[in-house]
Amino acid sequence: MPKQINVALIGNPNTGKTSVFNALTGLNQKVGNYPGITVEKKEGVCKLPRGVKAHIIDLPGTYSLNASSLDENVVIELLLNKNDKDFPDVAVVVSDVENLKRNLLLYTQIKDLEIPTILAINMSDRMTYKGIQLDIPLLEKELNTKIALISTRKNKGIDQLKELMINFKELSTKPCVNASEIDTNYFDSLRNAFPNQLLYKLWLVITQDVNFGKTDRNEVDAINSFKTKSKADLKRLQQKETIKRYQFINNTLKKGQTIDLKSAKDLRIKLDRILTHKVWGYLIFFVILLTIFQAIYDWSSIPMDFIDSVFASFSEWTKNTLPQGAFTNLIAEGIIPGLGGIVIFIPQIAFLFLFIAVLEESGYMSRVVFLMDRIMRRFGLSGKSVVPLISGTACAIPAIMATRNIESWKERLITILVTPFTTCSARLPVYLIIIALVIPEGRFIGLSYQALTLMLLYLIGFGAAIFSAWLLNKMLKIKGKTFFVVEMPNYKLPLFKNVALTVIEKTKSFVFGAGKIILAISIILWFLASYGPGDEFNNAEDIVTTEYASKDLTAQELQQKIASHKLEHSFIGIAGHAIEPAIRPLGYDWKIGIAIVSSFAAREVFVGTLATIYSVGSDEEETIKNRMAGEVNPILGGPLFNFASGISLLLFYAFAMQCMSTLAIVKRETNSWKWPTLQLVGMSAFAYVVALIAFQVLK
Amino acid sequence: MQITLADIKRGQQAIITDVSSIHIPLKLLEMGCLPGNLVELVQVAPFADPMYLNINGTHLAIRKETAIHILIDITNA
Repeated sequence: MPKQINVALIGNPNTGKTSVFNALTGLNQKVGNYPGITVEKKEGVCKLPRGVKAHIIDLPGTYSLNASSLDENVVIELLLNKNDKDFPDVAVVVSDVENLKRNLLLYTQIKDLEIPTILAINMSDRMTYKGIQLDIPLLEKELNTKIALISTRKNKGIDQLKELMINFKELSTKPCVNASEIDTNYFDSLRNAFPNQLLYKLWLVITQDVNFGKTDRNEVDAINSFKTKSKADLKRLQQKETIKRYQFINNTLKKGQTIDLKSAKDLRIKLDRILTHKVWGYLIFFVILLTIFQAIYDWSSIPMDFIDSVFASFSEWTKNTLPQGAFTNLIAEGIIPGLGGIVIFIPQIAFLFLFIAVLEESGYMSRVVFLMDRIMRRFGLSGKSVVPLISGTACAIPAIMATRNIESWKERLITILVTPFTTCSARLPVYLIIIALVIPEGRFIGLSYQALTLMLLYLIGFGAAIFSAWLLNKMLKIKGKTFFVVEMPNYKLPLFKNVALTVIEKTKSFVFGAGKIILAISIILWFLASYGPGDEFNNAEDIVTTEYASKDLTAQELQQKIASHKLEHSFIGIAGHAIEPAIRPLGYDWKIGIAIVSSFAAREVFVGTLATIYSVGSDEEETIKNRMAGEVNPILGGPLFNFASGISLLLFYAFAMQCMSTLAIVKRETNSWKWPTLQLVGMSAFAYVVALIAFQVLK
Repeated sequence: MQITLADIKRGQQAIITDVSSIHIPLKLLEMGCLPGNLVELVQVAPFADPMYLNINGTHLAIRKETAIHILIDITNA
């Protein structure tokens, strides 16, 4: 008996496969990417009896071994490649007791690959409720396997499943269905051409366009050259194969399953009458959205303020404790604020994923997709684009990762390209300070002007996303099948464990994924802002001290003046000056220029940069606001931040693509530099033009 | 004229008689949308699209452009 065995969990979506994975592995799991592609790879370790360990790999949900997305490719690629280090010793097909018929299709296909396979029938606690009875011994005989009846909700049957895994060698590897009967002549000629290969494996390789791993490459090419049938013929054969499998399954279930329809109470239909209703459906969705926004902005502000102050005092403490020097500055002004910039988003991201996980787990999300599909399709999006667009209000990075389940490449690409327009949380600090500065206090039917402006900015963000989607839909010439099939799963009460693990996992992947980039950029920015060429920068202290010698400044004020002078002549300062002619028509001066240049890495840097440039000791918003209010426009006179330049700046931040991390994710998800470049140039140019018009009209 | 799945009304039940394997994604066939299986319309989104169907016990939503390639026989009017 080997001490470690490989187990692959396979199953249809919505069968509770992830619950089984969580029940087996608990916190012993990790998420990574499959080598070379962006599909998530979930692995975990499960302790089996008698000192055996199972390395469990949770494969993406799939309806069959005929892949139609990258996620599904992963499944067959693994199952066809015996040399893969993850190749399973035993496959566990997870099935849901109510959809046994459909789930068995995948089971019979995997059986045909002659891999030892266990059938795990999940949600067994619902059997009596649904009036379902199963003759397990008979099913085991017909299906040539062992069956584990489990319920992750009631924590039943998991031990039995583990026991079956250990004894995998006793499982039969005989196929259930003879697929070659669909076209005997063709399959015979295949067998003669490749006598050493498994016939069903050959058939799978021939019928799909899969990126196979390097190991099998040569073999696959040889098989590819054997495509003697046209695509349409192959598809017809696949249909025949599917019918054949269903015939076998129907015969088997006729003997082994009884369903008493009278005792089946379908909650799904009753709830759907309301939740997908033409009026109530949208109303409920709207209320849920409002709750999510409320949570993201209101509830998360408390932990966010706390994190902010902890990092600020930690930075202060480092500066005062460690010996003075460039290294201390790097830590106190580059690394700690950089880390703070990542950690501060954790509450918002966690709240967002909490809601999304609950909505997904409960089955509600499919209903939203159903409700929104028609509306979104007008703009070249899919009903499935709703989730990324909502997620985008917290952060575009996880939102773009959430586009992976959109089948049509065009719809997915458009969703990826427009998602950064939705108002992410990093825009909020910028909005708040400028609104406070230029929008007068006062009320309009009970609502403050300032709150209304903020709401308007959110609407503008959504509007821009929808409008650009419409535009891209007209412009992009991408052909390809755009089909749309969404399963409407049964409603379920979300399992706390599943929700908690999802939130932890997604938050972790944000912190370590996007975090690395944000941190790296913070360090680069710190460097560019802390060093500069020439005497103006290097002798800043002397220059400032001489200049202000006559004035009575405290030591602290003098330090701030020096810092400000240094920033002006640092590399970033030089860049800010350089772009001044370009941004003057928008109503900005070189100081705002510096803030814009530095916030091309990440928007929230704006406030911090202004704090330094106006030589304010801390980034206390009130103080920065007062300084900003006192600024005078060098050309036009009057306050620099007036209504016109304020609106112009708000619009600029609403549209410009100022987030390196998002660009990095888009590069990864689209696997090309073309799309992130287009985003950067297109969005920024649009932002510039809109800001220009706004300022010129309003000034 | 042949009746397609796009013509089904709420509350009607039908048997699938033929599917055009060129126009229909294999995935849909694998989910049970095959000749001989029972189909029922559960709900339609505003503007009658997409359609929420119960095909052979599987509840799923498809777009109308797909439904027109599935031929049916209505069994109860």
